[in-house]
Amino acid sequence: MTTKQFMFVNRKAPYGTIYAWESLEVVLIAAAFEQDVSMAFLDDGVFQLKKGHQTKGIEVKAFEKTFGALEDYDVTKIYVDQESLTERGLTTDDLALPVEVFSRAELGKLMEAQDVVLSF
Amino acid sequence: MLHIINKSPYDRPAFDSALKTGEGAILLIEDGVYAAARGGATEAKISAAQGKFKFYALTQDLEARGIADRVIDGVTTVDYGGFVDLVAEYKTCQSWL
Amino acid sequence: MGIELNGKSYETDEEGYLLNLAEWNEEVAGYLAQQEGVNMTEQHWEVINFLRDYYNEFQIAPAVRVLTKAIGKKLGPEKGNSQYLYELFPYGPAKQACKIAGLPKPTGCV
Repeated sequence: MTTKQFMFVNRKAPYGTIYAWESLEVVLIAAAFEQDVSMAFLDDGVFQLKKGHQTKGIEVKAFEKTFGALEDYDVTKIYVDQESLTERGLTTDDLALPVEVFSRAELGKLMEAQDVVLSF
Repeated sequence: MLHIINKSPYDRPAFDSALKTGEGAILLIEDGVYAAARGGATEAKISAAQGKFKFYALTQDLEARGIADRVIDGVTTVDYGGFVDLVAEYKTCQSWL
Repeated sequence: MGIELNGKSYETDEEGYLLNLAEWNEEVAGYLAQQEGVNMTEQHWEVINFLRDYYNEFQIAPAVRVLTKAIGKKLGPEKGNSQYLYELFPYGPAKQACKIAGLPKPTGCV
């Protein structure tokens, strides 16, 4: 199978819409087919990575747990937009995963370098 | 009037737009609760609107998003029962799309 | 669709996967295994329990490649290979074992 570079761009907050979960599922599928997968989190997408989701009260899966499986799927390239964190009062200490922080312009270059970019 | 906001203030202008209506109460639910998190761009807006608006946020949605421990002073948290009480308390309410 | 077993009923999807994870027990697992033509041994249960733990921790049923690797890490390399797992579950370790474990079909499994 040919390997392509896939970047999944996540811009939606978790739970309010289904986009965040759908993205994660497609990421796992692409990774299961041994593609070169990265995830970028910008705008409200950074909220997906916030630690400490307690979703019992709204009766949905907390996919913070599923982020823990990304390593098993060899998905280790997790990029976060600095500007989006700052605007929302977040720092990397607030996040559930180890990430690499970039400026928006640097993320633009990373997007440029992909074979496929999928936006959620 | 009670304004119910369920969209993130960083993604949609509903929160800002409701603030411009002058006075009343704002209940933040679903992704709307991000407006109530400390340290973000909405903190100054909520401080500035104290006295004109009362602010409420739904506990379950704060917990789900991991921000229940960083709610801005001046925002009262309510559960589903409190949500119902607020709707009953105000003569009119509006869910912003 | 569903399963009737000793006075208890279990809802399933059209492919026979349990709809409610919480209803799972060893009895229904035994029934599902029988339907799949799998004769459950200690080695089978080991994989089933591993999958259930994995699901509890990460809320997903792992793809076969990931399952193989994770089992290797936990139970040793002699078990963490696809030959071993296919011997236990000839019609696909992820698919068959997930069904018996009461989990949804693995993500990425078509």
